[in-house]
Amino acid sequence: MDRAYKVYSIENGTVIDHIPTPLALKVIRILGLENEGIMTIGIGFRSDKQPGGKDIVKVENRELSHDETNKIALIAPDATINIIKNGRVAEKRQIKLPEEVREIMSCPNPNCATNVLGASTHFLLEKGDRIIYRCRYCERATEVNADLLTSR
Amino acid sequence: MASFRGRSIVSIRDMSLEDLDMIVRTTEAVKGGKYSGFLRGKTVATLFFEPSTRTRLSFESAVCKGGGSVFGIADPAASSQSKGETFADSIRTVSGYCDVMVIRHPVEGAARMASELCSIPVINAGDGANQHPTQTFLDLFTIKEQLGRLSGLRVGMMGDLKYGRTVHSLTHALSMFGNELTFISPPTLKMPDHILAELQGTGLSFRTVDNLEDAAGAGLDILYVTRIQKERFGDPQEYGKVAGTYRIDRDTVRMLGEDIRIMHPLPRVDEIDEQVDATPNAIYFVQAHNGIPTRQALLGLVTGGIE
Repeated sequence: MDRAYKVYSIENGTVIDHIPTPLALKVIRILGLENEGIMTIGIGFRSDKQPGGKDIVKVENRELSHDETNKIALIAPDATINIIKNGRVAEKRQIKLPEEVREIMSCPNPNCATNVLGASTHFLLEKGDRIIYRCRYCERATEVNADLLTSR
Repeated sequence: MASFRGRSIVSIRDMSLEDLDMIVRTTEAVKGGKYSGFLRGKTVATLFFEPSTRTRLSFESAVCKGGGSVFGIADPAASSQSKGETFADSIRTVSGYCDVMVIRHPVEGAARMASELCSIPVINAGDGANQHPTQTFLDLFTIKEQLGRLSGLRVGMMGDLKYGRTVHSLTHALSMFGNELTFISPPTLKMPDHILAELQGTGLSFRTVDNLEDAAGAGLDILYVTRIQKERFGDPQEYGKVAGTYRIDRDTVRMLGEDIRIMHPLPRVDEIDEQVDATPNAIYFVQAHNGIPTRQALLGLVTGGIE
């Protein structure tokens, strides 16, 4: 029988599962983990819940904070987080959209102070059913998409 | 009670109902002659990185009437930014020369950024297509002064509702007070969906129509007219057709109701016939003059000269 995962298990760290393919590298970038030690990345696994396939990221020896894992909800709201300690799942964590997003998202308005005058980007989550963030500077409302997310 | 001392005035979105009420009441008191010399010893810088004669002169007049001193730049070519200085450095430097900074800039969010870069109050006098809060305050004050209240009114807004920051901010403020809104515009210049979606969230009653005749039965108390700009249209003929349709003259005033008040942020081109000026319906010049007591009130509040 095929193994569900062809990715090695880790002893300590954080497992981010159910990332829609091909966003694993984007997740690593928005978390700013490119240069943070050993990581295992799997891309394009079959998934009943995700018809387009799913990616998985295992970050060794690093327990991500809630603020960090909540950022993942911006592009992968159905991702699951497991914190691994001594080879066992120590915490199954729910993620929720962050109330504020700083630096990792760019404003699509070319005439925004963040794009013209060098202000750091800062978005606030709007109340409502849709996932909308409002730029604190130009005040435009923006639906999040992976293209707006950049490295930390 | 809301305190304004030391506070920057950047956006209508930062304002509570109590804040707006306070500004309108203070403006009323200033216009009534209750305060004098409340800016004595205070220096106000007016930094206009984009030309705007009307707003700048009205701020400068407000400072003089309050007994304060004013200096600034009226032409971006005269600022150090033309020598390559960054916006942030200009703001940090000038903030040491004054007690309040009034700023207009073509970039959206410039006033917010300025307010974060210095510890003195910053007043936004217009940032690109985003906000122009003092215009909204003077509009609210004019409505209160002329109609006696700010809620339970039927307000029509006509013209360029897509790009007009004035109507966007006023819509936001009037929705907070609970008013019925009618939006009248050509389909190409209709109120943006994101603003209509926000209004839907408030549960407030509003409708959109594309001609004045459809608004005639609405029993409007106020019609807020804005200019339709030629440059929004690729085809000059199309512009001519649209501009002719959204025009107010004595006949359209009669059609809308004898008691209707006509407002306009000015400058106008030909969207309101000059014959309307002499009628009691026209309140747009009173509205423009109300810019002075409104800006006096605001400067007094943020400097602590008016408590």
